Amino acid sequence: MSRLDEIAQEQQEEAARVARRQQAKRPRPTVGARIVGGIGELLITAGLLLGLFVVWQLWWTDVEGAREAGDAVSEFTEGLDVEIPEVAGEERTEEPPPEPEPVELSGDTFAALWVPDWGLDYRWPIAEGVSRDSVLDAGMVGHYPDTAMPGQVGNFSVAGHRQTYGRPFFHIDTLAAGDSIIVQTHTAWYVYKVTEHAIVQPTEVDVIAPVPGEPGVEPGAAMLTLTTCHPLWSTAERYIVHAELDHWIPLEDGMPAELLEDS
Amino acid sequence: MYAAIWRILPGPKAVKALLSLILVAAVVAVLFLWVFPAVAPYMPFNDQTVGAS
Repeated sequence: MSRLDEIAQEQQEEAARVARRQQAKRPRPTVGARIVGGIGELLITAGLLLGLFVVWQLWWTDVEGAREAGDAVSEFTEGLDVEIPEVAGEERTEEPPPEPEPVELSGDTFAALWVPDWGLDYRWPIAEGVSRDSVLDAGMVGHYPDTAMPGQVGNFSVAGHRQTYGRPFFHIDTLAAGDSIIVQTHTAWYVYKVTEHAIVQPTEVDVIAPVPGEPGVEPGAAMLTLTTCHPLWSTAERYIVHAELDHWIPLEDGMPAELLEDS
Repeated sequence: MYAAIWRILPGPKAVKALLSLILVAAVVAVLFLWVFPAVAPYMPFNDQTVGAS
């Protein structure tokens, strides 16, 4: 090894030592740098929190709502006293017997909602009341208190989430005139046919009046009204679907033909 | 803040990384189960009813 090579090697080692020392003795950040760094970390944290909230709202509430609704509707179906034969029941059009009013705003399921157009496995629990935390945010469809009971003359009105919390009414805009909306109570199936839909302001309570749109008028027909928010991901307006009772079937007589697999 | 947490966590890098993951999971769980459900009703979306606005 020549003298020149030795010098070159020594210089390299020295340079590496200096670099290591400088790395080890990095100067402490100034006060200003620390403040800016802290603010930066806070902003990152806020961003992560907002992102997580969106994930929770759009995904997790759906997971939980669908599970709670599934449990509630299974409980309702298993709690029925009647054995329902798997045949098409005779359709009746005379006035049905009165349905017992739910006694309290307990959030207990008193009926199930079936919409054949949304799949034969679509069935959703209907509970009394439209409070957010005990009914709607628990994934259920809520019955407006003081509106008619299923099948009765008047306007059986329910509200449900269109997105998030199980989103029972996500596909509400696919319902067209003539489509079936079926309400199952402890005693009977009530098969309603869609008559019309409307997009209204949130303040228009007339849509759930006994005669929809005409408050104070004595009702002569059994109506059903669905309300949910519109447009999607907004609450600026309400999407309303009206339906009229077509026929009813006592549970012990069978099922609506629409809900049988081979129909 | 994050650097300080990293310094406080004991053990070699692998252990620190594992502990950090557990911490993150715990924070997310607290947010999802308690904080977000408590905050959501004050958010200006998700009203489905007519009248009560």
